[in-house]
Amino acid sequence: MLYRENGQFKTTYAADQQIFPIAQDRWTILGILLIAFIAIPLLVDEYLFRAILIPFLILSLAAIGVNILVGYCGQITLGAGAFMAVGAYAAYNFHIRIEGLPLLVSILLGGLTSALVGIVFGIPSLRVRGLYLAVATLAAQFFTDWVFLRIPWFTDNSSSGSVSVSNLQVMGWQIDNPVSKYLFCLIFLTIFALLAKNMTRCAIGRQWMAIRDMDVAAEVIGIRPLFAKLSAFAVSSFFVGTAGALWGFIHLASWEPAAFSVDRSFQLLFMVIIGGLGTIMGSLFGAAFIVVLPIVLNQFLPALGGVFGIKISTAGVSHAELIIFGGLIVFFLIKEPHGIARLWSTGKEKLRLWPFPH
Amino acid sequence: MGFFLETLIGGLMAGMLYSLVALGFVLIYKASGVFNFAQGSMVLFAALAMARFAEWLPHWLGLDSLWLANTIAFVIAGALMFVVAWLIERLVLRYLVNQEGATLLMATLGIAYVLEGIGTSLFGNNIYSIDVGMPKEPVFILDGLFEGGLLINKEDFIAALIAALLVGLLALFFQKTTTGRALRAVADDHQAAQSIGIPLNRIWVIIWFVAGLVALVAGVIWGSKLGVQFSLVTVALRGLPVVILGGLTSIPGAIIGGLIIGVGEKLSEVYLGPMIGGGIEIWFAYQLALVFLLFRPQGLFGEKIIDRV
Repeated sequence: MLYRENGQFKTTYAADQQIFPIAQDRWTILGILLIAFIAIPLLVDEYLFRAILIPFLILSLAAIGVNILVGYCGQITLGAGAFMAVGAYAAYNFHIRIEGLPLLVSILLGGLTSALVGIVFGIPSLRVRGLYLAVATLAAQFFTDWVFLRIPWFTDNSSSGSVSVSNLQVMGWQIDNPVSKYLFCLIFLTIFALLAKNMTRCAIGRQWMAIRDMDVAAEVIGIRPLFAKLSAFAVSSFFVGTAGALWGFIHLASWEPAAFSVDRSFQLLFMVIIGGLGTIMGSLFGAAFIVVLPIVLNQFLPALGGVFGIKISTAGVSHAELIIFGGLIVFFLIKEPHGIARLWSTGKEKLRLWPFPH
Repeated sequence: MGFFLETLIGGLMAGMLYSLVALGFVLIYKASGVFNFAQGSMVLFAALAMARFAEWLPHWLGLDSLWLANTIAFVIAGALMFVVAWLIERLVLRYLVNQEGATLLMATLGIAYVLEGIGTSLFGNNIYSIDVGMPKEPVFILDGLFEGGLLINKEDFIAALIAALLVGLLALFFQKTTTGRALRAVADDHQAAQSIGIPLNRIWVIIWFVAGLVALVAGVIWGSKLGVQFSLVTVALRGLPVVILGGLTSIPGAIIGGLIIGVGEKLSEVYLGPMIGGGIEIWFAYQLALVFLLFRPQGLFGEKIIDRV
């Protein structure tokens, strides 16, 4: 009864084309944003910020980037971790090599560098597609792993191979405690999610989707595959690279190339597929699922073992975690191949008709 | 010249091992259109089973013959791979028919996690050794031709022979037996194969089982070289460029691709590596495959799909 568009008449084109055409949606989103910006910083304790909320926000941003490429443009990528690494290391180099460069600028420059590298590694997509492309993007992954491990210039000749940043501030705002880090990432995510949503609704997003659905047909109606594909690679890498810079600067503060290994790439692809291909909302759901699940399993399994009087060793817990994690992924793929976002929209559909079934 | 030849032969032998891993990918992709990322985990699982049973059996049965223990362990590990294949078909593949490639890929990644978890919790996660009695000492050959002769690792040589033998057997199996024909029919066209009465589900169990056996052989060879440990999983990542180079659907492609990648890696590491910092083996294979893709998108021997991009 509450969720219904009856009586909400659109009298202008602008009203017809807004992101959330139903008033209830707008209020819900506004409510969620208010909770995220005001209630959570007041209520939540430090551990949650560090273990769940900050990783969730940053990985959501990266997942949105991957979703632009995989979900909207249909180009499978296994190299997302590489672009995170490029973003992080480029931002680091801008940060330390240019005196007095504002933090925001170096993070965004990191994203831009990543976009350029993304275009280069996107070139094979003009010739190959599908699984071949997925493996081709792995090339980016292994190449950047090697570059940041072996070429000392990128890590400012640090002897241990790890780099670190400290004393971060934006316009006098010190980003040193979990709450400020959380808010900083949240602002980034909000702006970038809005940007991505709008980009997918306008001409360029439609070009990506046309290429995804059928590239020959898209070409026939005048879409340039070269431009559409490479722009998808660039935008996606920009998002992922920015997320990588945030991951390095804000979440880790000190990192080495292993932080952006091929496992990270798989993890990001998991988020996108479990969350729902081709939806911005799905990226957030997927990121939440992948970030929270291992922590929940880690806390929950020993307790469960205790109930049955079995003492599970630490190694046993990590093995069981692997098994359950893998099993759940397969289960989700079988039960809902379109991801959590599809569950969400089915739920909304049902709610609109409620209490009538049809 | 002698050094160059040594590197070349070393590369060829490493390449043979890559081919073994790549073969697992190709078999499954051909028959079911699934790009099986769990191949590395299957190698680990099979090698762990083999190593542990070979260690346990003498205690349980009081065997003192290494050869017998190894054989029984091999059979048990093979049987385990059959169970794995059956479970994968029964619990996963059956429900994912006609899904998109990316979804299937993710599903095999899920399977990989489950296999790794089960494997390490059943068999432990330390470093184990497989001792199948392969000679370890290197030998010199062709003394007359070059000064000092060529240094060749006997173990590598035997491993390459076994790999070649396995490939020959598989080729026979595919060409001459009824099941092999059925497998090829399924690879060509699922629907047509089904319409003439080939049971798809059973074929998938068989093909995953064969891939499991290939994984077992690869696991035994890699395991006796490097020890059975968790990092065997990454062997799959070394096999990927081979598959791309050779073509996803071609068994000869997997072999030749493996040889090219093996030689390319070793030569680049030896001659190019010192110039730019070393450790380039891993990405060099990928770049090689990538450059290759630009000119021949379907790989060396892949089916030419008329598929403009």
